[in-house]
Amino acid sequence: MSTAYETVIGLEIHVQLKTQTKMFCSCELTFGQTPNTRTCPVCLGLPGTLPVANAQAIHLGLMIGMALGCELAPRSKFDRKQYFYPDLPKGYQISQFDEPLCSGGEIGGVRIHRVHLEEDAAKLVHAGASGRIHGSAASVVDFNRGGTPLAEIVTEPDIASAEQAGEFLRLLRTTMRTLGVSDVNMEEGSLRCDANISIRPVGQSELGVKTELKNMNSFRFIEKGIRAEVARQEALLRAGQTVFQETLHFDPRSEQLTSMRSKEESHDYRYFPEPDLTPVQITPDMLDRARAALPELPAARQARFEADLQLHPDTAKLLAWRTELGDWFERALAASPAGQDAAAAGPLANWTTNELITRLGADVDPAGSNVTPEALAQLVAMVTAKTVTAKAGGQVLDVLVEAGGDPPAIVEAEGLGAVGGEDALAPVVQAALEANPEIAERLRGGDMKPMGVIIGHVMRETKGRADGGEVTKLVRVQLGL
Amino acid sequence: MTPLTDLTAHAAIAAIDAGDLDAAELFEACRTASAADELNACTWTADDAPDLSAASAAPLRGVPLAVKDLFCTAGVPSQAGSKILEGYLPPHTATAVRRVTEAGTTLVAKTNQDEFAMGSSNENSAYGAVLNPWDRTRVPGGSSGGSAAAVAAGLAPWALGTDTGGSIRQPAALCGIVGLKPTYGTVSRFGMIAFASSLDQAGPMTRDVTDAALLYGHMHGQDERDATSVDRPDAIALPTAQRLDGVRLGVPADLDGEGVEPGVMAAFEAALQTAQDLGATVERVALPHAAYGLSAYYVLAPAEASSNLARFDGVRYGQRTPADDLVSMYTHTRHDHFGDEVKRRILIGTYALSSGFYDAYYASAQKVRTLIARDYASAFAGVDLIVTPTTPGVAFPLGAKTDDPLSMYLEDYFTVPISLAGLPAISLPCGLSDGLPVGLQLAGPAFSENRILDSAHALEGAFAFDSTPSRIGGGR
Amino acid sequence: MIDRTQVLHVARLARLQLTDPEVDRMSSELSSILGHIEKLSELDLTDVEPTTHVVEVGSALRADEIRESLPRGVAFDQAPDVDDDGFRVPSPQA
Ligand SMILES: [Mg+2]
Ligand SMILES: [Zn+2]
Repeated sequence: MSTAYETVIGLEIHVQLKTQTKMFCSCELTFGQTPNTRTCPVCLGLPGTLPVANAQAIHLGLMIGMALGCELAPRSKFDRKQYFYPDLPKGYQISQFDEPLCSGGEIGGVRIHRVHLEEDAAKLVHAGASGRIHGSAASVVDFNRGGTPLAEIVTEPDIASAEQAGEFLRLLRTTMRTLGVSDVNMEEGSLRCDANISIRPVGQSELGVKTELKNMNSFRFIEKGIRAEVARQEALLRAGQTVFQETLHFDPRSEQLTSMRSKEESHDYRYFPEPDLTPVQITPDMLDRARAALPELPAARQARFEADLQLHPDTAKLLAWRTELGDWFERALAASPAGQDAAAAGPLANWTTNELITRLGADVDPAGSNVTPEALAQLVAMVTAKTVTAKAGGQVLDVLVEAGGDPPAIVEAEGLGAVGGEDALAPVVQAALEANPEIAERLRGGDMKPMGVIIGHVMRETKGRADGGEVTKLVRVQLGL
Repeated sequence: MTPLTDLTAHAAIAAIDAGDLDAAELFEACRTASAADELNACTWTADDAPDLSAASAAPLRGVPLAVKDLFCTAGVPSQAGSKILEGYLPPHTATAVRRVTEAGTTLVAKTNQDEFAMGSSNENSAYGAVLNPWDRTRVPGGSSGGSAAAVAAGLAPWALGTDTGGSIRQPAALCGIVGLKPTYGTVSRFGMIAFASSLDQAGPMTRDVTDAALLYGHMHGQDERDATSVDRPDAIALPTAQRLDGVRLGVPADLDGEGVEPGVMAAFEAALQTAQDLGATVERVALPHAAYGLSAYYVLAPAEASSNLARFDGVRYGQRTPADDLVSMYTHTRHDHFGDEVKRRILIGTYALSSGFYDAYYASAQKVRTLIARDYASAFAGVDLIVTPTTPGVAFPLGAKTDDPLSMYLEDYFTVPISLAGLPAISLPCGLSDGLPVGLQLAGPAFSENRILDSAHALEGAFAFDSTPSRIGGGR
Repeated sequence: MIDRTQVLHVARLARLQLTDPEVDRMSSELSSILGHIEKLSELDLTDVEPTTHVVEVGSALRADEIRESLPRGVAFDQAPDVDDDGFRVPSPQA
């Protein structure tokens, strides 16, 4: 019988902060500009230049710390992290070493170790090979990105699977997006993730040797990469071999893991306090401004949907974690003729997350569709009031998605109104009973099984606009049961 | 009549205002002198007279200014005395230079210096050693040796220098001029090619105390481009004091002449007597940790330098030694274009910061810095100014100390502790020893520049030291 | 004391090529300097705060306001090796 292994994952996430200018100079932050058109003597590291910290970056850092429930440092102190690389113009990165701006905290069940501020490196383009890292003679440096403010978020090793890692990153991304502190766009590199991965026999307390999986640029690749690395480590251990601590690069095309040891070497970053920057006291006023800027965050919103609107946890999560969907739903609820209570919210939430989303497509923002929140609220209210059947409601929604419009008008035009009430339905029921005498007999005899036949008959006659319950009631009346 | 190049700046301004002197004339005189410089004091000289119409309306009336090479001056070579920056033309201008230019000075020359300000003899320059105008077989001191020699020799009435452990005061002393190292943070470091960020400070190098006050008054002030620059609105007054009544001078208790040349000690004691004659009182003060200053300095300054000089990697500017692989490009570029002293300090500094040694070296040095700052704080509770000789000796012969880094470092014995404490200090000539100038150093509490300048002015009047370039021998 | 191996290690960290004679010279010169620095160990420094910034200054921050960047030409002007896109260097992988 073979040992079972468990996976231990910690993530290091770099988030580019959404400021106007760079971390330590006044160059405009841009994406996709002509290379080297957003530089100045400071971010080129010209001799004699000095950094001056961007107040807004510290403000956004404090917001992140608050959102993740971190303890905030009494001052913001910077240090120099020293190593030579062409994308690092000063030969050191200004970062935070022993006094991160935020420490501790938790989100989505994963503990946060620390959050610190630093400056991004420039872009090193390996000539000839688009984005690939291996084998290219000359490289070219573009300093547009160099000096972009970054928040580095480091988790504790609380993540047990690739799926959980992806789940956590999605929550973190929504949280950052809701905070408005970053575009958190992996393709554009405003959200980047490294994973520290190790496995150990179930029950073993000390951690196994960890490897670092670097620069994964999409959620899919992160999960794929982690799975591949976990499999690699497990295969090694099962073969009686050992895992070496190294940095790996996951190539999503080949799905191959390649060691980046070539770039690695005995690192000695020689951190020391940045003498060009005096520590910045975090004043009560700065804290107040950060707190005042905090919106409701996905986790809190999900809790509110579950508690106040009694939504099913899955529905609440779907609405809360997709900010734009949650916002659209809340606009619809506010417009609901049936009121804003749980009774009205439940069906509306279901119609939003099921009927609407399936019609629009999973990742489409309904705000951009023909369906207005008001229209859906009105339609759902009609269905709940049984003036339209669920089936007909679906047809109305088809029209709304197609061309928009006003539900009652559509019901009128398409003749989709429910056939209800004694006078309208009674004759149809009577006709159905007459058309099926033997069924009527069995029913009279108390055998309710064939009720469906009558209902089916009525539905055919009314083109599905009758209400099953209504029909049953009338059958009982007419048969004197 | 006296040559124009003998004029102090304030005398020249007075003459211009009186209509006796034309700023263009003065500029041309200095430009010619600088171009004919035989001391190797200048690394660049203006090749024609600029339009002075705007400048001559400004307070400093277009008076020519020499600027140490390490100040970035847009479009003008700024090489910090290093081969690695040979031909480098920065796009930006140092704040200190911009301010004095806006105040009306005119750049006439960039001056030679020890490479990246690392040295006390100006022999560590990629552009060759500078000669001392008092005796051309001797060094002018360093690292601002070119500025000191230029001012003493009449190539310019005044100059900008920088001081990290004594680089303004020591060459000023060895060349018989006045050098002020202001309180750390009062003059912006933006545009100064960095040596040791927590110590570097720009200051005036002039032929008398009045010019030092005049130039410093236009240099200081907070700068949004330097986060370590301080906001001290107090204006700098032109000094007027003739006496020192009530001024309490402190002399370090351990200053027993040991390690100080007899001639220097004699001049220092005579200066103390003069101070007392002017009404000052003199007492001993304890600075128990000052003796550890050099040790702390030679950890902190190289550590910061090793980091500040990492940007010279042959990628964005400066010289490069081509190579097929990146690491060789880095290592050969830096080997081929840094001088020995710079290499020594990069290695010491890297060592002091490397893992396992940080606490023993860098952290300890920072703590000693705390103790030294405390020493001065308690000393200044009892006295107004602390006086010492600026240097243990007078200008020494070229090559005398080049093979012994440690003996060279001892040149800064009296200046380094004050730098570590971030305090202001001035060096002014107080007499001669073997026909060579001796400097007197006056140090005060943070932001006491006005008091220092005033006391120095009173002493200057009594010393009546003659620093007239044409009598010293000049640069031509 | 700092021996050849240490000198070479530190030189590698500092990206500084040294010839053999230079390594020997440095190791003796650096050792004498470090010898002088050892004086620090005479002091008891327990519970002494380290000083990074000797003069107390207020926290200087920058407002998040855009300023003109350098024209590309000016940025490239002083570089040893540039092409249309940027600053050329030997590939880190070569
Ligand atoms: Mg980082
Ligand atoms: Zn910039």
